[in-house]
Amino acid sequence: MAVSLKDVLGGDVRSAARLMRDLDDEIPAANRLLKRLYKHTGRAYIVGITGAPGSGKSTLVDTLTDHLRGQGKNVGIVAIDPTSPFTGGAILGDRIRMQKHAIDDKVFIRSLATRGHLGGLSKSTIDIVNVMDAMGKDIILIETVGVGQDEVEIVKVAHTNLVVVVPGLGDDIQAIKAGILEIADIFVVNKSDREGADKTRRELETMVAMNEYRKGDWVPPVLPAVAQTGAGVAELMEAIEGHRKFIYLEENLGQYQAGKARVELLEILKKKLVEKAVDDLERHGLLEPIIEEIARKKTDPYSIVEKVVDHSFAFHLIGGNDRTGSKRKKT
Amino acid sequence: MASALARSRETTKERKPGRKVRILIGKPGLDGHDRGAKIIARALRDAGFEIIYTGLHQTPEMIVSAAAQEDVDGIGLSILSGAHNYLLPRIVEMLREKKMGNVVVFGGGIIPDEDIPKLKRKGVDRMFTPGTPLQEIVEYVRERVKPRK
Repeated sequence: MAVSLKDVLGGDVRSAARLMRDLDDEIPAANRLLKRLYKHTGRAYIVGITGAPGSGKSTLVDTLTDHLRGQGKNVGIVAIDPTSPFTGGAILGDRIRMQKHAIDDKVFIRSLATRGHLGGLSKSTIDIVNVMDAMGKDIILIETVGVGQDEVEIVKVAHTNLVVVVPGLGDDIQAIKAGILEIADIFVVNKSDREGADKTRRELETMVAMNEYRKGDWVPPVLPAVAQTGAGVAELMEAIEGHRKFIYLEENLGQYQAGKARVELLEILKKKLVEKAVDDLERHGLLEPIIEEIARKKTDPYSIVEKVVDHSFAFHLIGGNDRTGSKRKKT
Repeated sequence: MASALARSRETTKERKPGRKVRILIGKPGLDGHDRGAKIIARALRDAGFEIIYTGLHQTPEMIVSAAAQEDVDGIGLSILSGAHNYLLPRIVEMLREKKMGNVVVFGGGIIPDEDIPKLKRKGVDRMFTPGTPLQEIVEYVRERVKPRK
């Protein structure tokens, strides 16, 4: 059963779900559909939710969804959990906290495994968000894998980035390190009914205050919340709305869109180039022997990569494998 | 358990794009005993499957809706409440109504022997009773649950 673009654009759950699976599994036909679907994207508002494992991201997504449904919004949720690097298996458990939306046909929840991709998202996340966008979701919440410090890929995908922090993790030096704390458009101090919440909040506020802002810059607010009870979530919704208005200012929107387009291009390029290089090496039976040689220190990975890269590009420049190019010449 | 060296060799292999089997594990009905479901989820994860774990107190509607959104190949249901004769056939029926009849439904729990043939006739592929070795369940899933085309 092939998926039709029309069904996806019409919001059909089964078709969209199948297309997402095909994209996640990198089935070539899905890519062709994605090309046609791309121009129907760009309408949804995308919110990223990131933070350490156990900081309450899923519960916060659940509570935000309550509010969004109250406003009549059509909601998409992409929730990412890690793949085991050893077995390739994964347990995707974010739905557990989102059960009350399980049979709401205006809430589409998709769980994704990282499948070895670093950065807090799966390789397919951008594609899958594009499918949700095209199927007519008003707002898409992306819950990243529980991240530590450096998984900041979400920043260019989402319009608004929430960084969820909980009290009692580390001392105040943690707050001045670089990384995920820099990507927040809004800080959420979750589990704020716990001891130390005020201290965490003050530390973050101090950190924000030390940044230099020019007139018209967005200054990230630090908001207390208890996702479990819903306390503070109305204020969080207001802050997201405030940031949405800020992003949609003419001078900012272009910058966001260019940033996202850049990430899309570079991510796809990276993926395809690596695939092609590895495929070529394997096809010529070179991959394992080269790995063996590097392991025995007979050669070094730097020289090999240099050769592979030069070779790959030269190959393309002379149009050796460019089927679309040769077709064009004939007609 | 493979040695750390062998395992690290595994992880450095380039992952080939292609189908990965996705399985929903859930607990329909009202009993709150999810230990078994979690152990099965973990064993299947270790066997390389992608498991969508939906947790406790699921209605057939919730399970079928999640199965559609997640595009799974199989559904494993743990049930200890005694309501299996209603809940499991209802899930199979709803899957068929949604043209998802190819999704393999299996289950486990405290199921009287005489109920198992009845469940099978109604489309439940396999039921496991207490004491089944984990390996047997993993082998069964490997054998029976194939990724869709």
